[in-house]
Amino acid sequence: MAGATTIPWSRLRGAGDKLTTPLHPDDYLRLLNPLWSERELRGRVEEVIPETDDAATLVIRPGWGWRYDHRPGQYVGIGVQVDGKFQWRSYSVSSPPRRKGRTISITVRAMPEGKLSAHLVNGLAPGTIVRLALPDGDFVLPDPPPAKMLFLVGGSGVTPVMAMLRTMDRRAQKNGRALPDVVMHYSSPTPERMIFRDELDDLEARHESLTVHRLHTDLDGMLDLADAERGLDGICPDWRERETWACGPGPMLDAITEHYRAAGLEDRLHLERFSLELGGEGGEGGTITFRNSGKTIEADGATTVLEAGEEAGVGMPYGCRMGICHTCTLTLVSGTVRDLRSGAEFGQPNERVQTCVTAAVGDCTLDI
Amino acid sequence: MAISDVKEYTHLTEEEVEQIGRELDAIRAEIEDSRGAKDAAYINRLIKIQRGLAAAGRVTLLASSATGKAKKPAWVAGAALLGVAKILENMEIGHNVMHGQWDWMNDPEIHSSNWEWDTAQPAEQWKHSHNYIHHQFTNVLGYDNDIGYGILRMAREQKWHPVYLGQPIYNALLASLFQWGVALHDLDLERIRKGQKDPKEMKRQLRQIARKGRNQILKDYVVYPALSGKGWKSTLTANMTANLARNLWAYVIIFCGHFPDGALHFTEEEIEDETRSEWYLRQILGAANFNGGPLLHIMSGNLGFQIEHHLFPDLPSNRYADIAVRVRALCEKYDIPYTTGPLYQQYGQALRTIIKLSLPNSMTSSDQPPPMTEPPTPAHDRKRRSDDERPPRRRELGGWMRSAS
Repeated sequence: MAGATTIPWSRLRGAGDKLTTPLHPDDYLRLLNPLWSERELRGRVEEVIPETDDAATLVIRPGWGWRYDHRPGQYVGIGVQVDGKFQWRSYSVSSPPRRKGRTISITVRAMPEGKLSAHLVNGLAPGTIVRLALPDGDFVLPDPPPAKMLFLVGGSGVTPVMAMLRTMDRRAQKNGRALPDVVMHYSSPTPERMIFRDELDDLEARHESLTVHRLHTDLDGMLDLADAERGLDGICPDWRERETWACGPGPMLDAITEHYRAAGLEDRLHLERFSLELGGEGGEGGTITFRNSGKTIEADGATTVLEAGEEAGVGMPYGCRMGICHTCTLTLVSGTVRDLRSGAEFGQPNERVQTCVTAAVGDCTLDI
Repeated sequence: MAISDVKEYTHLTEEEVEQIGRELDAIRAEIEDSRGAKDAAYINRLIKIQRGLAAAGRVTLLASSATGKAKKPAWVAGAALLGVAKILENMEIGHNVMHGQWDWMNDPEIHSSNWEWDTAQPAEQWKHSHNYIHHQFTNVLGYDNDIGYGILRMAREQKWHPVYLGQPIYNALLASLFQWGVALHDLDLERIRKGQKDPKEMKRQLRQIARKGRNQILKDYVVYPALSGKGWKSTLTANMTANLARNLWAYVIIFCGHFPDGALHFTEEEIEDETRSEWYLRQILGAANFNGGPLLHIMSGNLGFQIEHHLFPDLPSNRYADIAVRVRALCEKYDIPYTTGPLYQQYGQALRTIIKLSLPNSMTSSDQPPPMTEPPTPAHDRKRRSDDERPPRRRELGGWMRSAS
């Protein structure tokens, strides 16, 4: 909030707590304006900009409690109510960070089986109130950026990289210096499905030090990294000397990881995997039984219950996979699990646990 | 007489009981599948109305005391608005949210795991004493602490003692101080008196109650009166009246749930190896509904559908009216007693039982329906069972998590 530095709003509202207990003042204030609440972060969709046939950029005005100082490349969680139920996904912020910003942009591609992404692209009218989770992720542009960089992106994996490019572009305009030496490879099935196509053309025209290599995989096939002509050596002969950021579909990231590992350059590679940060200690592991589906699996103390369930072939519910959305919550029938973020243990019979951030401490049984 | 076997009591075969269970499971599955945007809109609208009423009540009282105008009408309006707001919050919103009826929305702001209600008892302790102890062991003598709340003698099987002669007075005190009675309910004073309570757990619970109670008292009896300046007295009495109205109303509704004559008691033999279907049957036999219009049902948290609430504690309350039609038809089909009646009659019966049971059994007669296929149950001690002596919780009763402090 812009006024936060001058008037201690949150302290004021904290004092108002005495008037509204057991509720928070925000529980009342949000009835006046949906953005006036910090309890759950909210945002109003201001604009839906179509990017391609199946992708759109949502411009969102966040409410109280939002911090605009995200780092270029980070993602945010967005929750929308579908049939009365909040569904959560994470998307990279495509707008550059601004200290006194008013809005953030995320770009979403409707996935063939992604009910929610289709809803976000086609179903959100301006004015809709959505829930937000603060920016997170370590797929970010360092400050200052390295002198030579390589971006490898596929499909909607372009969005975090776009935030980095926009940030560097804005800085270049401000201080009149050139962009760092950037090579970008961008795979997309067809030219039409290429998000930010025009903007990239424009950036490339304005910055000599930016080279964009476009590959239309429906026509020309997938990127073959090892190929001498069409591979990395052809696109960017000095790729070994560059810090690399890669974001795209799983198989593409796997191939890139393998290629860099073979070259002994894993340190140079940054991947976007929407992974969660686990600070607490792991559980000791054990046999996890999924009562209704009759499946069991051995899991170690670092494997989340969600991952173990997926491994066992159980149709586990999930959303953000980082402990914010509670979509994955299941009933723990018996046994104990540990929250990998905080180390807190949950072991009451029939306790509700978030499977995406907990691991087994000994044998346990879940109701699914 | 308390029932030791629901099958025998209802003259149903094992297969019939299982069939009833399947039909009730089918109703549950159908409602679960059809929960959607309309239900979400219902609870959100109700919360909006309730908070609007609460704010309007507070503002009315503050404005009148600040300006000194329209004192009497403002007092009446303020107390009434606030009273209705507190009733709605406790009954239709708080109680039902804490059962997990709205957890499916995946909205942390309307979720059983963190809802805190506008009454003295901390939510966490309520979820233990109510969702688990009361809903799972409904009307089982020695297991359900809600049979008289450890204060009143509400079953003939509970041993008589001269102290119960004062029962009508305890009842009046309980009714007017209901929120404080509820606040102490999960502590288990009896266990504390006997020195059987884990001191660490007791301290934790007492701290919770003290913190919650302090905030509640501060709000209604210190902060708002102080903000009213000269008119502090009128704000204070209006707040007290609102709390009292809520206490009396909640007390009446809750006493109509299991104390009318048709609601039966059970012995611990019943819960030995009790199947899910038998549990269902016990819920039907142990609960009592009352009739009324939609407004009465909303004001009473849809607990006029007590039977349906006990069958499906975690299904959204706005669906109970529809569910009731089907449950009633099912009960008629299998000739299972289904207790209901007008509110005054149901409460009247509860009050009659309170007064009668203040006397020894030999001086009064039972008003409960007399199928008497079983020998009378021997007098029962009133010892409370600790969690270790009970079967583990069922999940449809609503979640419970213990916080660290």
